[in-house]
Amino acid sequence: MTRKTLLGGVSAAVVAVAAAGVGLADIRTGDSLVINGEIEIVTETAPPPFLEGVFSTIYSGWVFRTDETRAMEADDFDNPGMLYVEQGLEAFNTAMGTEGNSCATCHETPETLSTVRATYPQWDEEHGTVQTVEMQILECQTERMGVAEPYGYDSQEMRNMAALIASVGRGQTINVAIDGPAAETWALGEEIYYTAYGQMELSCAHCHERNYGNLIRADHLSQGQVNGFPTYRLKNANIVSVHNRFRGCIRDTRGEPYAIGSPEFVALELYVASRGNGLSVEGPAVRN
Amino acid sequence: MTQTRRQFVGTGLAVAAAFFGLPHIASAAQLEEAIAAFTGGADMGGEGITLIAPEIAENGNTVPIEVSAPGAAAIMLLAAGNPQADVCTFNFGPLAGSQMASTRIRLAGEQEVVAIARMPDGTFKQARQNVRVTIGGCGG
Amino acid sequence: MAENVTPRVRVPRDATAGEAVSVRTLISHPMESGQRRGSDGNLIPRQIINRFTCEFNGEMVIDITIDPAVSTNPYFQFDATVNESGTFQFTWYDDDGSVYTDTADIAVA
Ligand code: HEC
Ligand code: HEC
Repeated sequence: MTRKTLLGGVSAAVVAVAAAGVGLADIRTGDSLVINGEIEIVTETAPPPFLEGVFSTIYSGWVFRTDETRAMEADDFDNPGMLYVEQGLEAFNTAMGTEGNSCATCHETPETLSTVRATYPQWDEEHGTVQTVEMQILECQTERMGVAEPYGYDSQEMRNMAALIASVGRGQTINVAIDGPAAETWALGEEIYYTAYGQMELSCAHCHERNYGNLIRADHLSQGQVNGFPTYRLKNANIVSVHNRFRGCIRDTRGEPYAIGSPEFVALELYVASRGNGLSVEGPAVRN
Repeated sequence: MTQTRRQFVGTGLAVAAAFFGLPHIASAAQLEEAIAAFTGGADMGGEGITLIAPEIAENGNTVPIEVSAPGAAAIMLLAAGNPQADVCTFNFGPLAGSQMASTRIRLAGEQEVVAIARMPDGTFKQARQNVRVTIGGCGG
Repeated sequence: MAENVTPRVRVPRDATAGEAVSVRTLISHPMESGQRRGSDGNLIPRQIINRFTCEFNGEMVIDITIDPAVSTNPYFQFDATVNESGTFQFTWYDDDGSVYTDTADIAVA
């Protein structure tokens, strides 16, 4: 295939998607995900109030995957994402920085942080900003541990730690606050979500709100939820962060993405996370 | 950031190529060679061997495969459309609880997966299954 | 030695004599195929796990020869017959000569 037809193929696929409308028939609903035979995951539920009228049901990305991909997430041993959780746990218990502390010095076990994934991004009073899990980890490293070279926002170490924190929160109901001091950031995120990007003039909503359930170049479009992050992507054979995924989606519209860790992506993450209020924390989920 | 056409193609769509560089494909001769090295050119039956692979794999980097051939001494797995056809060979020891094994493999695009069992009496059995590989719609 | 190589194995804690038990193994490893190009356009040298063995009390259960087409973080599942209590010995062989090992005990009644 030449480059030209390849790109042509993308546009054609998108046009086909646009014409098709939501193909609910394509969604295999009603199956339940129970991880390790004990953690019950809500993969479909009523939408949060601000999305009533848009969706009748919100779905985890798990619903849109094949049997093989779904099965990998149902058992920690089969889920390669758990390898990175283990590496995160090792780092959690390892001293870093001038204070000689490990995360465990103050937080004892990751389980003490089990409510974090379900409630982040979250307004941080002290810093007067909405913080993602990654920002909170950086805050502890730089302000409390004296770490001279904190984790890069999208580094393997950061993703491992974020995966650890997600894993101990699995099964909890996503419930990010969108009102009060977070309202302004949330509104910015909403605006970005509905803005068309790139030469193909596509917004997140175009694919994930109006066309979920349809195929785009043989890939099954989901609602673009973030409840499963960090996700283990078969494509990368590694865990990927929320912002990395946002960047990939914008690039595919041939748009210019915001930077990973930028205020715009933080706002978008808050907004997208809130669209999943009611689903369960699933990370590290397995996706294609 | 400026995004060139080349980068877009490179990042978004090179799914099949991700692990194999350019998706050049094993020649039929290479596949035959790999099979001959294992079987010595012997005839192969089709009964008594089962290959379970998804009809459609969501990504070519991690495709779950299961093979079983009761009584086999060894089972070789091949991917006819990969740059190198060999995938792995399971040699069953005296304490094997069955002649079954499963693993996850890389497939560079739609192709046939081949399993060949060597029986203790020197005969061979083979099973083949076609697997389609989805090209992802979203990069990143 | 590749970075962060961690083996994981899962076998049942107990079994009855003669039972075939299911064994699962996973090791974090990039399985660099040798056919992939880095961002500089040059081929990244091959580095894979090229062999995996599982023995029980010194006797072979399975011995697997591995090529680059096995996925990153190689995963294997198979059955083992256990006639007595003892120890599974798992060994992964890296292209660079490194050898990674793990063990698991099982009580047989
Ligand atoms: C010196 C003590 C200390 C160390 C060491 C430390 N933290 Fe914290 N951490 C805190 C305090 C205090 C807070 C609460 C601050 C706040 O709410 O803004 C906190 C908050 C957090 C939170 C958010 C908790 C919540 O409920 O909102 C996370 C996640 C977190 N830390 C992760 C880490 C990780 C990962 C490490 C290791 C890299 C680490 N921390 C090391 C003291 C520490
Ligand atoms: C051209 C269509 C398209 C556009 C526009 C698009 N995406 Fe996606 N996105 C996809 C496809 C295809 C996938 C992979 C299949 C799936 O999970 O939907 C995906 C996956 C995702 C996922 C992963 C879902 C999961 O379960 O892990 C998230 C999150 C996401 N997109 C968010 C966004 C956001 C935010 C935007 C806007 C900035 C956006 N996408 C724009 C096509 C698109």
